[in-house]
Amino acid sequence: MYVVEMRQITKRFGDVVANEGVDFQLRSGEIHALLGENGAGKTTLMRILFGLYHEDSGKIVVDGQPARIASPKDAISLGIGMVTQHFALVPPFSVAENVIMGYRESLSLDIKAIEAEVADSAARFGIEINPSAIVRHLSVGQKQRVEILKALFRQARVLILDEPTAVLIPQEVEALFGILRNLREQGISIVFISHKLNEVMAISDRVTVLRDGRVISTIDTSSTNPTELARMMVGRETFGVTRQGEVATDQPILEVQNLCAVDDRGLKALAEVSLVVNAGEILGVAGVGGNGQKELAETLCGIRSPTSGSIQVRGQEMSGASPSEMTAAGVGRIPEDRHAGVVAELTVADNLVMEYLARYTSRGVLDKKAIRNYADGLIEQFQIKARPTDKTRTLSGGNLQKLLLARVLANHPDVLIAPQPTRGLDVGATEYVHNQLLEQREQGAAVLLISEDLDEIMALSDRIAVMYEGEIVGMLPVQEADIERLGLMMSGVLKEKDNAVAQI
Amino acid sequence: MPLLKFRLEKTGAPLWFRGLIPPITLALTFLLTSGLIIWGKANPFEAYYYFLIDPLSGRVSFLEVLVKSTPLILTGMAVTVAFVAGYYNIGAEGQLYAGALAAAWLGTVLGGVSTPVAILLMVLGGFVAGMLWALIPALLRVYMNVDEVVTTLLTNSIILFIISAILNGPWRDPQSGWPQSPEIAESTRLPQLAARSRLHFGFVLALIAVAMVWFILTRTSFGLKLRAVGLGREGARFAGIHVERSMLLAALISGGIAGIAGYVEVAGIQYHLIGELSPGYGYTGIIIATMGGLTALGAAASALFFGLVETGAQTVSRALGVPVYLGEVTQATMLLVILGMFILQRYRIRRA
Repeated sequence: MYVVEMRQITKRFGDVVANEGVDFQLRSGEIHALLGENGAGKTTLMRILFGLYHEDSGKIVVDGQPARIASPKDAISLGIGMVTQHFALVPPFSVAENVIMGYRESLSLDIKAIEAEVADSAARFGIEINPSAIVRHLSVGQKQRVEILKALFRQARVLILDEPTAVLIPQEVEALFGILRNLREQGISIVFISHKLNEVMAISDRVTVLRDGRVISTIDTSSTNPTELARMMVGRETFGVTRQGEVATDQPILEVQNLCAVDDRGLKALAEVSLVVNAGEILGVAGVGGNGQKELAETLCGIRSPTSGSIQVRGQEMSGASPSEMTAAGVGRIPEDRHAGVVAELTVADNLVMEYLARYTSRGVLDKKAIRNYADGLIEQFQIKARPTDKTRTLSGGNLQKLLLARVLANHPDVLIAPQPTRGLDVGATEYVHNQLLEQREQGAAVLLISEDLDEIMALSDRIAVMYEGEIVGMLPVQEADIERLGLMMSGVLKEKDNAVAQI
Repeated sequence: MPLLKFRLEKTGAPLWFRGLIPPITLALTFLLTSGLIIWGKANPFEAYYYFLIDPLSGRVSFLEVLVKSTPLILTGMAVTVAFVAGYYNIGAEGQLYAGALAAAWLGTVLGGVSTPVAILLMVLGGFVAGMLWALIPALLRVYMNVDEVVTTLLTNSIILFIISAILNGPWRDPQSGWPQSPEIAESTRLPQLAARSRLHFGFVLALIAVAMVWFILTRTSFGLKLRAVGLGREGARFAGIHVERSMLLAALISGGIAGIAGYVEVAGIQYHLIGELSPGYGYTGIIIATMGGLTALGAAASALFFGLVETGAQTVSRALGVPVYLGEVTQATMLLVILGMFILQRYRIRRA
């Protein structure tokens, strides 16, 4: 007997097929992983189940009864809850207030009684949380627990978790898994959306693999292995891209000392950051998002002014330089947010030459023919699927990243600043980006790779720096790094700063 | 199940529909206003004939359309340059008056020079004056992030008061006592281009401005930078473009072109400065630039259209004896319909 059955679900967005004839069954009291690459249709399928999207065709059956789910309200009344990556919490309110908000509407609020009720519910489901705590003060992992509790408090028997581990550090992931196992004991059915194989292997009872909007297979986790799942997910044997050999030198190209900067709100974002990137080396900067990585990248690109400290490129002081001066000094940059790095309404060719306009201008007039030839060349060399005259907004994420890489790499930079270069890209595009970064390393560039993806950091970096609250809390060669140690550093438990300085 | 069988999708309208936009606009405006025209005891078809066709049929009235378009072309160019760079200059009206003020002064002191030299110096003078009047809001915007929409709008009132003070004080006409500046010297007036018409050399200056703005925006790297800043400030900054400098330059050039519009009205039509020099040319410039899709040629075309409608409104009331404001109502209705069509043009109707 299935709690939820989705039959032949098809959903299109314009010409894009997000789901095609998808069958999905959820058993009572199981953790069912929904595995697939970005864009495989996992989230779309679950949004249909939660009433956020409407299927073009197909049928949903809940508890053996055909169900019509027109809105999340309908889904909740059927006992379906969903926790997305973006939390819908009111930060100044307490946990208890957030949990009951919108669920129970009465004129008078007895805070004490509500808190007791929420505490009761939390204890029953084995969720550790203080009901009177203010949500703003909670960590990301705790906020996620509030979201889960919110769903359970609304009598959810089916809990959908959309990439729940994306925002968590390894220790928090373990805590989350503990909660999920406990919920399973109590007969709650869980849909676990993920593209991380090891997590799927660790937590799920069954796996449904989606690829290009279709179901490839539904299989018991115990009867499969990561290699098989990976093959189903991407449709071929994955071959991980990794560094080959040691080309790192002792020749420092980028030297950063005691760099301080503030974020958009004027709060301290970088605290005395010091690091060196040598020629032919990839320095990976690991850390949970929001610990100053964005500000570090922006400061090194010249987008953000440092408040103090020094940035030297080949011994030349560049602190406070403008982006174009950074380009001239040989610092190449790709943006953390791809869409903020291009002018979407301009053409591909315009965006490709934007950094080097002076080169394609004689006496103020653009040399349109030279621009066109240059763009044609880069499009071919970097396999960008677009014409030079296409508006840049029509490009997919992967092609947009290729455009940005082409723009910077065509100039053969000595230093490459690459924040989150594969975020949101599919496997093929990710591999492409990885290869480009490694090629730069081999050509002797100093590459600063900033990423929240530990696997990526481990696979590509020669050395790894860990950021926590704007500080470099650890710096170690990749050979000495393991996930657990990095996780401890990322959560601020372990600091090896003195050690790290000694190593440089 | 979705209740709606059709839905709007945000994407360009099909090409065949774009071609239909002008006739649909005209038909809609006609339907919306013909009731009023009938109420004013006139035949709507006849009224529209005088409104849109008659001005083009005679030589004098056709040239008058060009006369009316001249300041509008210039303010349209001024606003286009600013808006393209994402600088929302609402102050073309004030910058026009700054240019007019400079022209009225230069016209009284440049009596000795030849006309070509006078034109050159006064174009420059009008440009610099408009630029200076645009400078403070531009600096506030670029360096202190003060909203330019508010500051440029407010500086419009300031310059009107300044001009009123000058015209009622030092420059008050000593003979008539009217608040108007002394006549500018004969040689500083813009030459007439055709007999029995008010058409003057300012129209040529306006066309030169169109050509220059078109060239700058489409053919130069400076123009590409302006467009990049206007279309995506973040992306432009990331690509190493000096966003602040670009916006500042756009604001100043915009003010300068608006200043030339003021010069042209003083030296081509009035020959002195009056407080009512512009019936809102600066503000109309905003509509013209928007309708022109922030392109030089588009704005020039829509300025000519506005000149036609302006002339037509007078013809209608003269020929049919309907109140003058009927022309204005028709103009306003047409404007709203056009703006509505612009929005529609961005959508497609799809079966849900």
